[in-house]
Amino acid sequence: MDKFTRLTGVAAPLPMINVDTDMIIPKQFLKTIQRTGLGKNLFDEMRYTQAGEEIPGFVLNKPAYRKAQILIAGANFGCGSSREHAPWALLDFGIRCIIAPSFADIFYNNCFKNGILPIVLPQAEIDKLLDDASRGSNAVITVDLPNQEISGPDGGSIRFDIEPFRKQCLLNGWDDIGLTMRHGGAIDAFEEGRKLAQPWL
Amino acid sequence: MQPKTLYDKIWDAHLVHEAPGETPLIYIDRHLVHEVTSPQAFEGLRMTGRRPRHPQRTLAVADHNVPTTDRSAGIADPESALQVATLEANAREFGITYLPMDDIRQGIVHIVGPEQGFTLPGSTIVCGDSHTSTHGAFGALAFGIGTSEVEHVLATQTLIMPRSKNMLITVEGTLPFGVTAKDIVLAIIGRIGTAGGTGHVIEYAGSAIRALSMEGRMTICNMSIEAGARAGLIAPDETTFAYVKGRPLAPKGGAWEQAVASWRTLHSDAGAVFDHLVELDAGAIPPLVTWGTSPETVVPISGRVPDPADEPDAQRRAGMERALDYMGLRPGTPMQEVAIDRVFIGSCTNGRIEDLRAAAAIAKGRRVAAHVGAMVVPGSGLVKEQAEAEGLDRIFREAGFEWREPGCSMCLAMNADKLNPGERCASTSNRNFEGRQGRGGRTHLMSPGMAAAAAIAGRLADVRDYQ
Ligand code: SF4
Repeated sequence: MDKFTRLTGVAAPLPMINVDTDMIIPKQFLKTIQRTGLGKNLFDEMRYTQAGEEIPGFVLNKPAYRKAQILIAGANFGCGSSREHAPWALLDFGIRCIIAPSFADIFYNNCFKNGILPIVLPQAEIDKLLDDASRGSNAVITVDLPNQEISGPDGGSIRFDIEPFRKQCLLNGWDDIGLTMRHGGAIDAFEEGRKLAQPWL
Repeated sequence: MQPKTLYDKIWDAHLVHEAPGETPLIYIDRHLVHEVTSPQAFEGLRMTGRRPRHPQRTLAVADHNVPTTDRSAGIADPESALQVATLEANAREFGITYLPMDDIRQGIVHIVGPEQGFTLPGSTIVCGDSHTSTHGAFGALAFGIGTSEVEHVLATQTLIMPRSKNMLITVEGTLPFGVTAKDIVLAIIGRIGTAGGTGHVIEYAGSAIRALSMEGRMTICNMSIEAGARAGLIAPDETTFAYVKGRPLAPKGGAWEQAVASWRTLHSDAGAVFDHLVELDAGAIPPLVTWGTSPETVVPISGRVPDPADEPDAQRRAGMERALDYMGLRPGTPMQEVAIDRVFIGSCTNGRIEDLRAAAAIAKGRRVAAHVGAMVVPGSGLVKEQAEAEGLDRIFREAGFEWREPGCSMCLAMNADKLNPGERCASTSNRNFEGRQGRGGRTHLMSPGMAAAAAIAGRLADVRDYQ
């Protein structure tokens, strides 16, 4: 997993609420057995016509946002299925940070496993960032994870919260399985106790 | 001792490691795997040279991509075929039990687990699939995970996860005529919204929940995820034990007695504290349908398409307008005047035997409207076999329904079963998102009886007029 420290990039505004995982990556693209290559189908049904042509009005098709690395979104982003293809598609497109008033639980979790930083902010701050983001390629913002700070094009800054452990994992690019393996002894002990207490499991 | 919620009891019994500043590590007893969300997890194991810690704690079955028509020739779509073949090969390589497509036990993963007795009260169950919440009907802590976590569970039999908050939803009273578990859960989602349960595990309680069969309880827990919750839970009772007893993987003999004694302690203690309480009166729930593109957009079947002009919040109003435009509906239209093209009866929400019985009771001796294509897709091979033994397949066929092979089918349209753009479907599944049942397809969620009634009427219809 790639580390996440400081990211300066174009922020794309997507002020819809309840953007679900079917919108992020429709199921016809879930048939892959790989993690990569999904970026071209990110937001497929909003981004392309049935004939496969780009819909010019969709934000990521606009010249200013084709290289966006940050998404400013509406509430309950990523609701729906558990598909990790959603963060894989965002990542493959180049999105490393999503800022929204709230996220669906599984999606939120999946972001961290893939080096994407999801940030929760109050709607008032989101509205300000949406306003910043609407300035196209001038909408460069900086997300500073070590200092937990977002700075906009006008110099103002916004603080954000993040669970300390998740922050450490992102900063170091730690792999969860490796981290867990360090607790091998505790897992062994748990299983021993379990054999006595609940042998049917 | 501090009174505990059911969730807290199961959580505490599975805590492997907890330390300040770290996310807890919990033990996972059971792991279900399907073909869509697992290939990259097995690939990860191969790349790192890791092996499953306990392959026998994982059960694999293909359901999302399998055809529901004759399977003897295999899967026509090459990508689907590759994904299913990849699951089979991975299961073989890593020593995991796999139920092949021609096995009578094959079916939707969340129907297969309970049927096989793989799902047990008090256990932790995960699957790379959000509707894993279904298994909470047994008093198991069951939730969906992402593919990285599938790999994590395979390698370590644990998960890193934060503790959830507790929500208690109490449904008291008796359900009116024609109202089912599906209506209860739609009513709940309509009440608390699709983000209402975010960060919570929901426990369902009250006399109306107690009175439900295991099938009905699974329908409710299944859609906990549509309410935004991590999981749903129902305390196990005699109904639960009777369902589990004698299943192939359930404990036997002395172990059974020991297990049931332990399962009887699985309930929230009197005085346990919940972060949120919601109460519903079962007697006030009518048969419901959805009108929009989010499961929270529920209205009584006797109601009308709502008018965005009545919504004061601008963002919500815009969402409603977008949904109505997508759904091709005009504000104020009576729901029962909305004509449909297709009917789908099946899915892990409503693809169990009781669901098929309810639909067949409406279909019996009637005909599907001439312009409607209707299909019934049993949730598993065993459900199909049982339905055929009861003659339900004949009832459906004679009424003009197609009788299919088991799988996810048009719940998410990853196989050949899908809506065409603009087609409108009465569906017993769980999601009505844009494109869920096929690009441009329009989904109305409802109970199996309501879907059967819609098939006959050729429009959304009130099941009570057909009983
Ligand atoms: S039936 Fe539908 S919701 Fe259930 S597992 Fe299959 S695709 Fe998912």
